[in-house]
Amino acid sequence: MYTQGLDIPKGDKSIPVEQGDSPEAVRFQARIDADEKIEPKDWMPEGYRKTLIRQISQHAHSEVIGMQPEGNWITRAPTLRRKAILMAKVQDEGGHGLYLYSAAETLGVSRDELVDQLLDGSAKYSSIFNYPTLTWADIGAIGWLVDGAAIMNQIPLCRCSYGPYARAMIRICKEESFHQRQGYELMLSLSRGTAEQKAMMQDAFDRWWWPALMMFGPHDTKGGAEGMKSQHSEQSMKWRIKRVSNDELRQKFVDVTVPQAEYLGLKVPDPYLKWNAATSHYDFGPIDWDEFKNVLAGNGPCNKKRLKVRREAHERGAWVREAAMAYAAKKAKRQAA
Amino acid sequence: MSAVIDKADIASYAIRWGDDALILSHRLAEWCADAPELEEDMALMNLALDLVGQARTLYTYAGELEGRGRDEDAIAFTREEREYKNALLVEQPNEDFAYAVTRQFLYDAFSLPFYQALASSKDATLAALGEKAAKEVRYHVKHSADWVVRLGDGTDESHRRMQTAIDELWTYTGELFVNDDLDRRMIAAGIGVDLTALKDSWNETVNAVLKEATLVRPADGWMATGGREGRHSEYMGYLLADLQYMQRAYPNMKW
Repeated sequence: MYTQGLDIPKGDKSIPVEQGDSPEAVRFQARIDADEKIEPKDWMPEGYRKTLIRQISQHAHSEVIGMQPEGNWITRAPTLRRKAILMAKVQDEGGHGLYLYSAAETLGVSRDELVDQLLDGSAKYSSIFNYPTLTWADIGAIGWLVDGAAIMNQIPLCRCSYGPYARAMIRICKEESFHQRQGYELMLSLSRGTAEQKAMMQDAFDRWWWPALMMFGPHDTKGGAEGMKSQHSEQSMKWRIKRVSNDELRQKFVDVTVPQAEYLGLKVPDPYLKWNAATSHYDFGPIDWDEFKNVLAGNGPCNKKRLKVRREAHERGAWVREAAMAYAAKKAKRQAA
Repeated sequence: MSAVIDKADIASYAIRWGDDALILSHRLAEWCADAPELEEDMALMNLALDLVGQARTLYTYAGELEGRGRDEDAIAFTREEREYKNALLVEQPNEDFAYAVTRQFLYDAFSLPFYQALASSKDATLAALGEKAAKEVRYHVKHSADWVVRLGDGTDESHRRMQTAIDELWTYTGELFVNDDLDRRMIAAGIGVDLTALKDSWNETVNAVLKEATLVRPADGWMATGGREGRHSEYMGYLLADLQYMQRAYPNMKW
């Protein structure tokens, strides 16, 4: 899972966007323009390195935090088959987290540092996980909509200029594709079920639809009234860390998802939604960017809980990690003796 | 020896072992997003997933033998507490990571020789499951034994926590090796496993690992029993309330 909405905010000066015009910088940009992959030991501008560390680590944190809303239903899954699928899925998310932390480490940062940033609240993760999973249908909605949106974001990243990240994305996309299908298949079962199951599905859809659209981040091609378009976004495009605009991806998501919703018998919670024959796209209503900014600023339904759970698990596990280190040291000493 | 095997007996036998697997997997799944390391989060979920798989095979088979139309989910989710026949050990709560690791190790050290023996069952389905499960449990016991050693011989705190866990959980180990009437009928039919015969193997594993872990093996005092008869601890009701929530709140639906 992932969100492009993790773009670096406007006014953030911690990451330089200029790469200069040194011979290395010129050669670097030429390689990017030729669609070559940049590898860990290659020269790279500081801004490129920092942007990637931020993006990859936010992605990793999102996978790890994302285990909470789904884990909320493992012990209560309605059937053993669904339980097994959800267990495997959550295990995949943890694996994506590990894989992405490793990709970030190739850029000269340690996983411990990144985890510390998550725990002290300075690093962001995808805002979508600050929404609660209130019913079993939410597990379907997450798979179908959240993982579906994630795939839209991640497919272009398989062609990202940084080799380790692009390769990680190829593997992750394969698993996300499975997650998305299981989510839709879960919804399909509900759509064929009782009135209670259908109501549960519609309720979940109503709650996840708009947050899923927000996952693509602020407008960056049209409107711009939100004023959230940043210089970083343009530079990321130039560096081929980001390859498609937020708005294009969001439109693609809406176009793919609306017919699926109709097939499930769901009503999209948007009075402005309609097919536009002239553009061959769905038009949709305005996104509540106040909600987006609020959740991003820490005021979502579960922001505090998600971090608290993560911090407490980390603190409760401290004695285990210390013991493992102590044992490894003892063992090494014995072997040396 | 009677050649007539009661299918209902085999079904009850399968359910009993399915219950061990399901309830232990539930306890493991409670660690989701709560383990000391991300790697361990994944490892615990992996164990839980294997156990759910074993439970599904056993329940499905039991349902077929019963011929009363119960599928794996009817058996897993809609019984009364007294009908669950898992050992008391596997329902004990996750007091801390030391408890989880110790509970797992004490059970794995039992279930590995159990499934290895079940692989020789005259019942083809149970034999096939025994073979498959033994392969899985071989990794489980390696994983849990590694943690017992690491934490037992880690820091003073980890050692103290591990010794507490093993002292408190020890009383639930005796039940694993008691043959009841159903076990005896299954043994006589060449289908079931003689549980008393597994004790030597278990002792060997447990003694070796505890020694390496610098932990003291508790004395075999009074042993708690009742799980195999459906008399559980006070924890069980809460576990089932969680496990059965959906099937109780929304009965007879397809998911």
